Amino acid sequence: MSADLTAKYYDLHEHDHPEGFSTALGFWIYLMSDCLIFAMLFATFAVLGGNYAGGPGPKDLFDLPLVAVNTSMLLFSSITYGFAMLAMQNDNVRQTQIWLAVTALFGMAFVGIEMSEFRHLILDGAGPQRSAFLSSFFTLVGTHGAHVSFGIIWIGVMLVQLGRHGLIAANKRRLMCLSLFWHFLDVVWIGVFTFVYLIGMLR
Amino acid sequence: MSDHSHNQGDHAASPFHATFRDYAIGFGLAAVLTAIPFWLVMSHALASHTATALVVTAFAVVQMVVHMIYFLHMNGKIEGGWNLLALIFTIILVVIAISGSSWVMYHLNANMMPLPGKMDGMG
Repeated sequence: MSADLTAKYYDLHEHDHPEGFSTALGFWIYLMSDCLIFAMLFATFAVLGGNYAGGPGPKDLFDLPLVAVNTSMLLFSSITYGFAMLAMQNDNVRQTQIWLAVTALFGMAFVGIEMSEFRHLILDGAGPQRSAFLSSFFTLVGTHGAHVSFGIIWIGVMLVQLGRHGLIAANKRRLMCLSLFWHFLDVVWIGVFTFVYLIGMLR
Repeated sequence: MSDHSHNQGDHAASPFHATFRDYAIGFGLAAVLTAIPFWLVMSHALASHTATALVVTAFAVVQMVVHMIYFLHMNGKIEGGWNLLALIFTIILVVIAISGSSWVMYHLNANMMPLPGKMDGMG
């Protein structure tokens, strides 16, 4: 009797799990959880972004043309990653590697510009310890920059993987996850440049 | 009930198929949707700051949707709709977290203003 019920309501038999069959969904759910981290950092910035503690505010610190250049770097890297995915679909290893390398270069330009911005802020005495506004600014923008940096490392790893094994199914799956990761970071950046930089300048 | 296995066929098929057209459209739209807000803020085209902020926010929302569709290839079919469901759930949580925090903390701030001269260290 109880065995019948168990069999009725629970999945007792092991199903066939082809390699990687749920990776895309699992990775997407990871990205959604990452999205919640950014949501908390955005909420923190929304609450603390106006508390300058008598220190400099966005108008004194932000350089919008530089942010525009930075934004275009990330946007270019998105389209070049797209070209890498198209090359992957055509099973062209060489082209996939070239476009991945171009994407990494744009990513490095983005991180480099951001680091120089941070360096200027800190040298001007506007480091994260200056005010609640700057603490939340550095945490939010820095977390995004750290994600992009890890994305660049991942691209480097994929270049090696492609060089060694070519476009095998596992590598295609990894490139697809990296594609989601990379484009997701661009979506988060839309939030950053809009709510931190543009609306910051309007405060 | 207990039929976890019915949609395994969907998983086996590659969920991903990109086209050059998708990326080109996405890139063009994203470039325009980025350029206009920057121009609005840098040129002070609108007299009201509130109006500018609202327009810029609207552009950001549209651009996020554009990225979702053309770069992340989001639609209701991949993984039998589970990706879209997870996304919608996340958006709800994000909206609650951000708007809720702003709302609560704004009122807390407004209702608990320090008395003048008593809290010199407050930022």
